[in-house]
Amino acid sequence: MVKVTYVQADGSETTVDGTPGDSVMATALANDVPGIVGECGGSMMCATCHCHIDPAWADKTGPRMDGEDDMLDCAVSEVTETSRLSCQVKLTPDMDGLRVILPEEQI
Amino acid sequence: MQPGRVVIVGAGQGGFQAAMSLRQEGFAGRITLIGAEPGLPYQRPPLSKAYLKTGEADALALRPASFYDRNDIELVTGTRVDGIDRAAGEIRIGARRLGYDHLILATGTRNLRPPIPGLDAALDLRTLEDAARLRAELDRPRRCAVIGGGFIGLEFAAVARALGHAVTVAETADRLMARVVSPATSDRFRRLHETLGTGLRLGQPVAQVEPGGIVLADGGRIDADLVLLAAGVRPNTELAQNAGLTCRNGVAVDACLRTDDPAISALGDCAVFPDPRTGRDVRLESVQAATDHARLIARRLVHGAGDPYGAVPWFWSDQGDCKLQIAGLAGPGDDMVLRDDGAVLRFCGPVLTAVETVNDARTHMKTRKLMAAGQPLTRDMLQEAGYDLTAI
Repeated sequence: MVKVTYVQADGSETTVDGTPGDSVMATALANDVPGIVGECGGSMMCATCHCHIDPAWADKTGPRMDGEDDMLDCAVSEVTETSRLSCQVKLTPDMDGLRVILPEEQI
Repeated sequence: MQPGRVVIVGAGQGGFQAAMSLRQEGFAGRITLIGAEPGLPYQRPPLSKAYLKTGEADALALRPASFYDRNDIELVTGTRVDGIDRAAGEIRIGARRLGYDHLILATGTRNLRPPIPGLDAALDLRTLEDAARLRAELDRPRRCAVIGGGFIGLEFAAVARALGHAVTVAETADRLMARVVSPATSDRFRRLHETLGTGLRLGQPVAQVEPGGIVLADGGRIDADLVLLAAGVRPNTELAQNAGLTCRNGVAVDACLRTDDPAISALGDCAVFPDPRTGRDVRLESVQAATDHARLIARRLVHGAGDPYGAVPWFWSDQGDCKLQIAGLAGPGDDMVLRDDGAVLRFCGPVLTAVETVNDARTHMKTRKLMAAGQPLTRDMLQEAGYDLTAI
């Protein structure tokens, strides 16, 4: 298990236990963390699981996957260099303590 | 004025989304979400994809049980609704009656079962229960015959081949996915499945299902110890029909997704609605239509009449290492322009109606953006851009 902290746009935080191998999106939904929609279920067909990775963790989460940039182009909230689709960020054992910042809107 | 109590019949992705969107829009009344299947509402698309490989049913739940508590959504599962009493504003479940101020029909579809002798022996792939049974049958090497070369049949075929099973697909039409894609895209996927080692029998209706295989209309036989029926679906309209609501290949709704009865809306796979671009009646089987319909209905119920439905349709199918993406909606007779990279642009007269791409998220998303902007995309405009949507 690894701890993942989701920071809502209003600053409130929720920390949950995630399982290595699961995505940051699936972990949020399974723990009823609001702020991530994940409409297509992680099929890279929408951009409703947009998140920002705390820069301190960017090395661990790695670069964007193929096609992720194109999907992020369609995200409704501002996309920055810390933006990821949370369905494409898979938890690994060395991500214990990961901090994910959620945008204002997903749709 | 907001209704006091909304009852949603059908707890698939659309019904679930309607409940969630009502709360997100600030609806303060009661919400009852009724599903015929047991368990929490779940995603259907992975059933013919990842789930067949992993068997992880928990990963399919749209939200955990706590979501429904936290949002005060009364979730009633394993329950079939038997009728609608419109005069009383009630639905019937056995001897029970449940009142509604607004009723949302999200009853979805069920597998089409053509009148083929012996078809009872064929498995379905529609519900989680179906998928679990099918997956259990794939625990040893199988020779699979698939009836139907549409999205579901072909997604299954690709997964089954990857797992090492023998697969043959029989399709009545003379090309794959004929209802939803252009001939060029059909052909591209024919080559893909042939490369994957799947047998294809096109233009071949199935005459009979027998122990040990299926018999085709031309007398040919496909030896099989597992037969999957994937010949399309039909909308669940009985509730609406029996309540006297207009149905035509689906529950008929207007541009605001209302049925004949202003106290009843319908959404998703079971609803026939006017295509905002052509005015033609359409019924879409997609996550996109289910969720966008649901959001529109929720906004209307909470904030009063708003804009008519106008979302851009999109679809996808994962087959082998190919992700097919379709933006827009083409009519069966629409022209096609085939690009060198295999992407297909469809046109109705001078206007772009759909773009079919494979593993090209950039073009797909750009098309959705351009179509959503509302300006018609003309053939001249596209020709000038070398049919490159990302250059517009």
